Amino acid sequence: MTDSNKLPSGQTRIDSIEMRGISKRFPGVLASDHVDFDVKSGEVHALLGENGAGKSTLMKILYGMYHPDEGQILLNGKPITITSPTDAINYGIGMIHQHFMLVPSLTVAENVALGLPSSRGPLTDLDRVSKRILELASIYGLKIDPDAYVWQLSVGQQQRVEIIKALYRGAALLILDEPTAVLTPQEVDEFFVIMHQMVKDGYALIFISHKLHEVVEISNRVTVLRNGKKIGTRPTSETTKQDLANWMVGRDVDFVPDRGNIQRGEVRLKLDQVSCGSDRGTPGLREVSLEIHSGEILGVAGVSGNGQRELADTIAGLRKVSSGHIFLEDKDVTNFAPGELTERMLSYIPEERMRDGMIKDFTVAENMILREHHKMPFSSSGFLKLKDISIHTDKLISQFHVKTPSQETLAKNLSGGNIQKIVLAREISRNPRAIIAAQPTRGLDIGATEYVREQLLGQRKRGAAVMLISEDLDEILALSDRVAVIYEGKVMDILSRQNATRERLGLLMAGVHPEERTPA
Amino acid sequence: MKKLFQSEWISRLIDASLPVFAAMAALLIGAVMLFLLKVNPVEAYKALWDGAFGSSNAFAETLVKATPLLLVGIGICISFRGDVINIGGEGQMIIGAILATWVGLNFTGLPGWLVITISMLAGFLGGAIWGGIPGVLKAYFSVNEILSTVMMNAIAVQMMNFFLRGPMIDPSQAELASKIPQTARLLEIFRLPRLAPTRLHLGALIAVILAILVYILLWRTTLGYRIRAVGQNPHASRYAGIKVQRYVVLALLLSGAFAGLAGATQVFGVNYRMITDGSSSGFTGSAGFNGIVAALFGQLHPILTIPASILFGALLVGANSMQRVVQVPSALVTALNGLVVVFVVSSEFWRRRRQRRRLAAAKQNDESPPQPEPEKLQQLETGA
Repeated sequence: MTDSNKLPSGQTRIDSIEMRGISKRFPGVLASDHVDFDVKSGEVHALLGENGAGKSTLMKILYGMYHPDEGQILLNGKPITITSPTDAINYGIGMIHQHFMLVPSLTVAENVALGLPSSRGPLTDLDRVSKRILELASIYGLKIDPDAYVWQLSVGQQQRVEIIKALYRGAALLILDEPTAVLTPQEVDEFFVIMHQMVKDGYALIFISHKLHEVVEISNRVTVLRNGKKIGTRPTSETTKQDLANWMVGRDVDFVPDRGNIQRGEVRLKLDQVSCGSDRGTPGLREVSLEIHSGEILGVAGVSGNGQRELADTIAGLRKVSSGHIFLEDKDVTNFAPGELTERMLSYIPEERMRDGMIKDFTVAENMILREHHKMPFSSSGFLKLKDISIHTDKLISQFHVKTPSQETLAKNLSGGNIQKIVLAREISRNPRAIIAAQPTRGLDIGATEYVREQLLGQRKRGAAVMLISEDLDEILALSDRVAVIYEGKVMDILSRQNATRERLGLLMAGVHPEERTPA
Repeated sequence: MKKLFQSEWISRLIDASLPVFAAMAALLIGAVMLFLLKVNPVEAYKALWDGAFGSSNAFAETLVKATPLLLVGIGICISFRGDVINIGGEGQMIIGAILATWVGLNFTGLPGWLVITISMLAGFLGGAIWGGIPGVLKAYFSVNEILSTVMMNAIAVQMMNFFLRGPMIDPSQAELASKIPQTARLLEIFRLPRLAPTRLHLGALIAVILAILVYILLWRTTLGYRIRAVGQNPHASRYAGIKVQRYVVLALLLSGAFAGLAGATQVFGVNYRMITDGSSSGFTGSAGFNGIVAALFGQLHPILTIPASILFGALLVGANSMQRVVQVPSALVTALNGLVVVFVVSSEFWRRRRQRRRLAAAKQNDESPPQPEPEKLQQLETGA
């Protein structure tokens, strides 16, 4: 136990891993261009970059999923070749993917044991697996029930299962691919506590992210990639968020968007005691009442899965209201079909843009008219007017800076940021009266995020009523005039911009009224 | 490899000729099989070619065979584009034919052009009903359309057998002891006009015109746009205000309608009566199934389905004559057809892969367009 070379999990630690001159070319793309990267025992090395900068490629090379065209990898100073994830695991390298690789219908223990030989030959050894899971969990205070089914677990808990899974397989170095993207602020804090502990114990951690404040908070060193090239590595203590952001995008980034002073107008969208079900059969919304005025952004904050999706869907007409009423500009639109709401100039930027906002195998032009293809000027008497569609598309492409080879390019060939720009262009260019924006910047890089936020503010200025549903508190705080906090389908409170402090929101998001906490 | 294909137009030329090479490769393997059967492959293929294209009569036969394939095929283009798998072409052909024949036998007092028109519409309607039923079942009751359309085939066959033995039987047969299950012959003025002094009939021309119309329907109308949108992504379609269920029904209904029309043209252009041997292929010649293959071969594109149908028509006609001339088992003919399908479909996958690579390369040359995410590209390449 006192052996300094051993980690608490019993695994030999990795003193250093060094990647030297790594290049990887995909057809038409140099995804990694002579990149050097190293990580040592007892440190968090953050890998920072916009989408497509080559972070994932580099890490997939380290994890044996890709083979580099050039360069070498050294483990404790000795060159090694990693040809598969199995190799990587044998060397003590583990990876926690952004999208969890868990089977929901199996238990935690079954998921951990999956793919490993049983210690009892043909018979299962789940009891031994469970015991070991509890051992590993206790080291880091991870509360995990080995017999729980994965579908019962929250996202944060599932992530812990992934960590346990990697530790169980003997990982001494963990690659964490955007681990915080799916966590609530409180879960992020807990996660960072675990990371700190692991680093103290001698693990080597690679933290991939594009959230600057997290990188600054947790990492010891940071490496920035841009367009497959390494821009530089520095101790985190010698950098600032602003420096890093400039490194990432290669230009100055405007952090706090200029909101301007807008006089809010009449009530555009009103929910009166709205309740609805959810996919699980439990109540999705419980008597939600709120109003959004013209020229106002109402932020909806909350921990994922507390009714945000149901809220957006009911307003957009995709989910039946079981009781209560929704008004759009004084007109009762409760349970109107999506098409009718489109007619009444409601726009919706859906959370799952690839699923709900976009048809991947349609061209850019076809996607641009998705909502209004049946109306002038895009069609008349049932026939599409290709010329007018093309003119419209060209206009939007240049107006919204969509980077696409042509308007005939299939949407699936574009990057996430450009796809969101298409959705945004389609929804905003109609000059809607009200906009529901659900997680509009999730998964986008800084440049695209900034752009989307500017556009939402532009809509506010134009006089639209905007509902911004986001799990990113920074975003909520930066954009909203008022903030509603949703918890278990109820609106806990609606705070004005001045009163919406991080702490207060955090408590409300956890279902606690600040007043209730003060002793009587 | 890369350098060889660098020039853009050479690449395109290769792409365009890939299916031809693939078909030739399939025939090469067929030649090995023929050789093993102790048949001279050259002789056999010459018989195949002559049978399909050797004379104006032969070519006309090829086109006659291609007609129902094309009609069924353009319907399949609609349904598959709408992500609805219609395996019910056989049944839809039969019901369309029954309805059309009934019109042709009962409105004998009307002028020929009118009866032909009404009959064709009746065929269209019959197929639409037979396709629409599984469409409604799928859209509103989540019944799998593959199962329901196949079962609808079985029902249609039994209905055909019932009608041709009973209510619709040829009156002259009804009095005989043998009772061949067939209808009376259509009046001469009710038959689809011939286009040449061969068996080629107006139906072939109708099919080609309809293929063009279906192309316009799919890519130039809001109806087609919606069918394709629903087929590609029902979630996004619903969110955009499209009534998804309605377009699922329409996709299957239209698909069935074209198959029904195929059935009608078989009666009015080729046989001039309906006759059954008790099975569905006895009447349809399996066009309800082969039309699917032709459409897939034509990349679910109605215009490309025209040459695809002719190719399969040629294979069907030519293989028959090959069977006669060099005396090979009919199973070999079926195997040969299958080989061509497998090879050409595989070549299509290869073509798409090359296209993606070219696209990626083009993106890199052009500075501003975005880089594709390498991992995604990789996934596509490996088909994962």
